[in-house]
This record gives sequence, C-alpha cells and structure tokens, in this order.
Amino acid sequence: MTEKKLTKGNIALAEGSIQAGCLLYFGYPITPQSDIPEYLAQNLPKIGGTFVQAESEIASINMVMGASASGRRTMTSSSGPGISLMQEGLSYLAGSELPAVIVNIMRCGPGLGGIAPTQGDYNQAVHGGGHGDYRNIVLAPGSVQEMFDLTIKAFELADKYRNPTMIIADAMIGQFQEPCRLTPEKPVELAEKPWALTGRKGRDPRLVKSLYLGDYEQEEHNLLLKKKYDEIQDNEVMVEMKNLDDAELIIVAFGTPSRVAKTAIGLAREEGLKVGLIRPITLFPFPVNEIYEHSARVKNVLVVEMNTGQMVRDVRIAAHKDAAIHFYGRPGGGFPFPDDVLNEIKTALGGGPR
Amino acid sequence: MNAIFKRPDSLTNAPTHFCPGCTHGIAHRLIAEAMDELGITDRTIGIPGVGCCVFLYRYFPIDALEAPHGRAPACATGVKRAQPDKVIFAYQGDGDMAAIGTSEIIHAANRGENITVFFVNNAVYGMTGGQMAPTTLLGQHTTTSPFGRDFKSEGYPIRMAELLATLEGVAYSTRVALHSPKHVTQAKKAIVKAFEMQIKEMGFSVVEMLSTCNTNWRVSPLEALKTIESEMIPYFPLGVFRERTGKDFL
Repeated sequence: MTEKKLTKGNIALAEGSIQAGCLLYFGYPITPQSDIPEYLAQNLPKIGGTFVQAESEIASINMVMGASASGRRTMTSSSGPGISLMQEGLSYLAGSELPAVIVNIMRCGPGLGGIAPTQGDYNQAVHGGGHGDYRNIVLAPGSVQEMFDLTIKAFELADKYRNPTMIIADAMIGQFQEPCRLTPEKPVELAEKPWALTGRKGRDPRLVKSLYLGDYEQEEHNLLLKKKYDEIQDNEVMVEMKNLDDAELIIVAFGTPSRVAKTAIGLAREEGLKVGLIRPITLFPFPVNEIYEHSARVKNVLVVEMNTGQMVRDVRIAAHKDAAIHFYGRPGGGFPFPDDVLNEIKTALGGGPR
Repeated sequence: MNAIFKRPDSLTNAPTHFCPGCTHGIAHRLIAEAMDELGITDRTIGIPGVGCCVFLYRYFPIDALEAPHGRAPACATGVKRAQPDKVIFAYQGDGDMAAIGTSEIIHAANRGENITVFFVNNAVYGMTGGQMAPTTLLGQHTTTSPFGRDFKSEGYPIRMAELLATLEGVAYSTRVALHSPKHVTQAKKAIVKAFEMQIKEMGFSVVEMLSTCNTNWRVSPLEALKTIESEMIPYFPLGVFRERTGKDFL
C-alpha cells in the first residue's frame, strides 16, 4: 500500500490525469477549477506533455477534439459557465465517437451565479446539453481519492467506448483536502486506436466525422450510438451501497451530499432509525436496477441534492412504483447539513410530505 | 508516351459536388498538386470547416477531421500539438473563418501554431443559400442583405489576410485569386510556400483565395470570373502581407 498524502481534490484529479497517460491538456481558467490547469501547466512540460491555455472554452474543447482524433489521451476542465460553452464540442465529440475527458467542478448558477459548490449541472451532464441525441458517460467522485481513481477510470471508459466522459464534482470535492493515495490501484488500461488520424502512410485514409447526409445514414449512426449507450448502461454502473440490509429508508445522494448523508445516517442510527445509502458513482449509466430493487423493499426514498431537484427525477423513474420519493435540496450558496437531513429522514418516516 | 498533364495523385476522381463555375475545385487541385510536389500526402491531415468545403475528404485521399463551424483552427491546433511531425491544414470559407470562427483563427494565428489555413473567400455564404458574409462587398445583394450591404447597418467587409498579417505568430499571410490562368499560377506558388513555411516550422501560414460563387451571386460562371477582377480585387487587394524570411521570431 502506497503512502497517502494530504491532497486537494482538484490536484488529485490533475495528477490522476497524468498517471492515466494524458499528455495533452487544453483549458481556460475559471473558479473553482483553476488548480487543475495550474497544476498541469507546471507538470505536463516536465514529462514531455503539452499544456495549452486556449482563448476560450469553445477553443479548448475543439483542441481536445483534434488531439483526441490524433489518438491521444486528452482532457479539459472547467466549471458551469465554461462547460455551457463546450456543449457544441461535446455534441461533436459524441457524434464523431471521439474519446475525451471533460471535467466540471460545479459552481452555482444559473448565469454567472457564484463560486460556491452545487450540483446544478446534473441535467446538463446527464441528459445532454449539446444538440442531438447523445449521452456522455458521467462519473461523480465523492472523495479526493475518487478524484484520482475515477479520473483514471474516466480515460479508460472514454477509450473503451469512444465516447466523451465527464467527471462532475461540486466545488467542495474539488477544493478540500484529504489523505489520498496518488498511485493507481491497478495498471492503467490502454486501448488500441485503429481509427486515429495519423497520416495515411502505409494504409487507406481515415476520416473522423459527424455529418451523415445520405438516406437513413444518420438514423443508422444514431441507432449504433444507442446500442453503445445500452451497452454502457448494462456493463458500467458503479454504485456505493451502505446499510441497506435492514434499512427502512434509503437516501440517494452523490458527491458532497452523500457525505453529509453518511453523517446523518450515523445520527439516525443512534436514534434507532434504520437508514441506508445508495450513492451513484456513475450518473450515466444510472444505477437503475439497484434503486428499483431496494426501493421495492424499503418504500421510502429520500433524495438529497445540491440543486432544486434534478437527479430526483431519475430516481423516480428508476424506483418501484409503490415507493415514496422524498426530496431535500439546497441549490447552491448554502449546504445541506446532517441535522437538516436527519429532520428530513424523520419527516419521511413519519409519512410527511413528499 | 509521356503524360504532360494529369490528375494529381493527391486528388481523388470523385465527382465534384461544387456548382459548375465554382473555383473551389481549382483550389482543391492546387492544394493536391502542392502536396504531390512536396511529397507530404502520406503525413498530411486535412480539417475542413463547415459549408461548401465540408466534403474535403471526398477529394483528398488523406486523413481528415470534420470540425464544428468556425472551429477548424482550434481542432488543427489539437492535431498539431498531438502530432508535430504531421502536416496539418484547415480549409475554411468566409462565414466559417471571418464570422463564427474569428476568435479561433485569430488566436491560432497569434500563437503561431505551425499549421496552414486555406481561406476561400467568395463574399457570400454558399452552402446555406447565399446569405451575407463578413466579406460581402458594400452594395452586394444577398438573401440577408436584399437591398445591398450598407456599412451603416452591416459594417464593412473584413480583410482577413491583412488583419492576420498584423499578428506576430504569423509566418506567411497572402491573398491570391482564382479567376485567370495567371492568377491560378500565382495561387499555386502561394499554396506551396504556405506548406513550406509549416514544414520549416516557421509558424502560422494562411492563403486567402478570392473565389467565385456564381450560383449565389446570380451571375454566369464567366461573369463571376470578371466580378473577381472588377469588384473583389479593388477591395481585397492581392499580395503578400507578411512573410517571414528566417526564424526571426526566435
């Protein structure tokens, strides 16, 4: 076991990208994620990598597109307003089946909003944001260690499925420090890229595109993408499940609220209230089966989010029809505290408002 | 028997999608001839913008990446930074480069990205059906400037070759025209030089080509060629606006 080192979330993620073999980073500064480009500006050149501060987030994501089409592991990072500007590029990456890692350290909006943590970009990340019919793989770290581990995983998934993968973490996960093991748990998986544009020498020319004008071509392409998304849903769900065996209420939460929920669950159990946790680590693919199975038995589900209710819709769709779905949300600029969540647990178990 | 004139190896025999009378085909041929002469086809990656030029991959037997509208210089930056040993060119129209993609072209040029951009200026949006472009001439009628472009409401046509030439990262910026054999010969030399600048790692190179769009200009192909001479060149003068002679930027 390698020694753990006190590390900031954003730094763990940046170091994770290097260890995943990402040698090309393109980005634009925005709070609260600027530690990531700063760390990579410092460290990528030392190992022969490339750091480019682009003129905008639009340029960043398109530089990522070029580097990805070259068959290289590449990443950009930003926060809410910048991610909005990248949506065009994300749609093109998905349409062109190009792998890349896009990091959103979420700040609160809409608009310029503020720099406090939220999860307000859940819908944008999980249900699109760009034009057309596509999905991003979406990973949601809940600790500094996961900022490191899931970054490596993000590159592996992006390459495996030739699909953009987003890491969404609230500003709290990005900014706080925890002991972290900064070496991969297992060897990093690398993928062959027989589609990469490297000059035609010794082979036929290759093309990376997203335009399909012929009869039924676009439909065929979209159905192929759909097949891929189904495969991802079937094979790549990651979820943490705790205290579910005897639970009478399940909290569903990701990121910082999942940590608050864990404390609240401890407080609840001290009072004899049997509460468990389902923490989606992948937001797409969503842990549909896990939520269905446990909600069928438990009947009470409390969704805690740092927004006004975005993931709760996916939980409603996934949950058993007889389960009561309760929601507690703080939309940014304020936090859910363990006592607040405990009160919500009590209200829910008392048959209170949904 | 010796062939004295043939299709360049770097040009496919695909039937063209360009309108009869359009000079995109000439630009394509010149780029293909240049690739042949420089022997770079095997290591060249082409990046078309959005618009009439989007089917670049049909005509050049090279690796290609379709960029979003206006973003070809950013995509080209990513490709070149990932593969500095390859020859990278973007191919953009006037709407693509001079409107939606102004930020990307200016900053790629200013960073001195070691890429080549071919800029086909026909003063109109071609593929979308003849709307006003940033390069549309004053008084020119388009579907969105139906009374003729008026500087008071639509501003002035942008001279991209001159604008880019002011940037330190630019090694070569020139404007040529494709309407006569003499001008085509000059254009060919400019295209070769632009590629050479990249091969010698001198920095960013751009060739603006005054081109026809007889379909959307609503004139015959022959009249369109004359329009380049009589209308376009007076506003968009031909010439070299910046040319690095050595690695003077180092």
